[in-house]
Amino acid sequence: MTDSYRVGALANDKNKLEGWNRPPVIEPDGEGELLEVAMGPHHPSTHGVFRMDIALDGERVIRLKPVFGYLHRNHEKIGEANSYLASMPYTDRLDYICSLTNNWAYALAVEKLAGQAVPERAEYLRVILGELTRVQNHASSIGFLIQEMGASGTPLMYAYREREKILDLFEAITGSRMMCNYMRFGGCRVDATPAWLDAARKVVAGLPGFVDEVDRLLSSNEILMARTQGVGILRPELAINAGVTGPMLRASGVDYDIRKVDHYSIYDRFNFRVPLGDHWDVYDRFMVRMLEMRESIKILEQALREIPGGPIMDPKAKIRGFRPKPGEAYGRIEAPKGELGFYLISDGGPNPYRYRVRPPSLINLTVLEDMALGENVADVVLIFGSVDIVLGEVDR
Amino acid sequence: MLGEGILKGLWETAKNFTGSYVSADRLTTVEYPEQRIAPIEATRDFPFLVFDEENRDGGDPVWEAGLRCVACQICEKECPPKCIYIERSKDKKLDYLGKAQYYPARFDIDISVCMSCQICVEVCPFDAIKMDTEFELSTTDRFGGLLLDREQLAKPNEYYHKIHPAEAAGVDAHLAEEKVKADAKAKAAAEAKLAAEAKAAADAAAKATGEGA
Repeated sequence: MTDSYRVGALANDKNKLEGWNRPPVIEPDGEGELLEVAMGPHHPSTHGVFRMDIALDGERVIRLKPVFGYLHRNHEKIGEANSYLASMPYTDRLDYICSLTNNWAYALAVEKLAGQAVPERAEYLRVILGELTRVQNHASSIGFLIQEMGASGTPLMYAYREREKILDLFEAITGSRMMCNYMRFGGCRVDATPAWLDAARKVVAGLPGFVDEVDRLLSSNEILMARTQGVGILRPELAINAGVTGPMLRASGVDYDIRKVDHYSIYDRFNFRVPLGDHWDVYDRFMVRMLEMRESIKILEQALREIPGGPIMDPKAKIRGFRPKPGEAYGRIEAPKGELGFYLISDGGPNPYRYRVRPPSLINLTVLEDMALGENVADVVLIFGSVDIVLGEVDR
Repeated sequence: MLGEGILKGLWETAKNFTGSYVSADRLTTVEYPEQRIAPIEATRDFPFLVFDEENRDGGDPVWEAGLRCVACQICEKECPPKCIYIERSKDKKLDYLGKAQYYPARFDIDISVCMSCQICVEVCPFDAIKMDTEFELSTTDRFGGLLLDREQLAKPNEYYHKIHPAEAAGVDAHLAEEKVKADAKAKAAAEAKLAAEAKAAADAAAKATGEGA
């Protein structure tokens, strides 16, 4: 856990806004009525269907109540009624931006449950696809965050231009751009052809240029700094107590990356570092995501260089009639949004006795009120955007 | 200086704005109905049933006789959203190996429920169901129009070769191998039968001569 560095040393202190003071907050005088606003559920800034019941004193947020469940579709109960394999395509629909990491977490949980080994090449393919997923998720989440600040389109379209290349790679190997349904218990479904690996190398070679472009476009932008620095502060103690994970937790300065902590898959072999925030605000979350993209590109370069030949499925793996022995297992990975875990209990039957998802989006959302209290109502949209959620995963 | 970062950012957008005039690969937008990008080979959307052109059992129409599906109902059972409905036939017909098999008297896929996961393709032991790439499927009838029956689902093997060339070639090679194996087995069985008959006849003749003597 030493392989980490502070964002401030790199960017946040360099990009300190000089000659600008935040407008003073008018303290509530206790007179007059509170204004109650329901933001959402159909609001463009809510990334889906999500409602925030906000009580305002002037512009200041006094109370914030998140209301969700509009997209509930019984994911866990369906998982208990269906066979182990049949739940795999449903996991695509949890966090529909990053279906491959969802597949991975579920496959990892089932492999733990059944004691299933995974061949070397399949692990490399999982790492490559997982890190590509992280890059495209962070790129689009930065794009959305900036869009919520009012820069309608430009940064988001730049992010989507790059995401398109990555989605084409996904389509070429898995057959689908977003609903990939790619990983299997004991390996992966289709092998990567040499042509695909070359295409992936080409895309990865272009990614640093894209991150540099976004960096030049945004990192030192005064409007972005004025809107995000010192806004939505999440204290590390609270973040740890609330179980917040992922870039949110690391932006609060806590050195916790499951790739480093849990040593799952083959992440031990790659040389990468963990960026940490030291101002705990929205700007740090933006910056941590930027730097994580750079680290992911490093992992991708290493993995694409070292990928070995060999089988992609364990010969003992079973597609049909899969019945793990009774027991329980919890598989977790560092998904782009945080710790994504699947908890499974098997009673020896063809379907799990209990199927539980630990969604990072939902748990990161629980600290929304604490971050937003006392801020202006216009900044609530921004703070909410910096959590980076997908409602498919929050509501399940 | 305040405003420097904004100018720096604007320079990036200016580069992007003018870049598309000088370099064609910066033009990322495709004017869809008029222009189309080349399809990616692995693309999938909804399943279809493969039939072989050669008319195996002398039946008519061709697609029905050539269907590879033997109505084993594995895909129906494994389908995660349960969008496949199969009714097995009462009688049997000969398949490409010359074995008598059932065929689907009804095979419906509700593509308004289907989620294109291709688990049916993975579990099919007969290479009978494959993924299509046809995506322009809009219809005004959301019930009947999206419930495809076996005639609408049946597509020739040539079509499969056209949309997924590499995959289809692999499947054909595998099926040919199976056929060679089955033929060899049938030939061996026939030879064994002939030999057994000859032996029985010889035995009977020997017995007859023995009795006669």
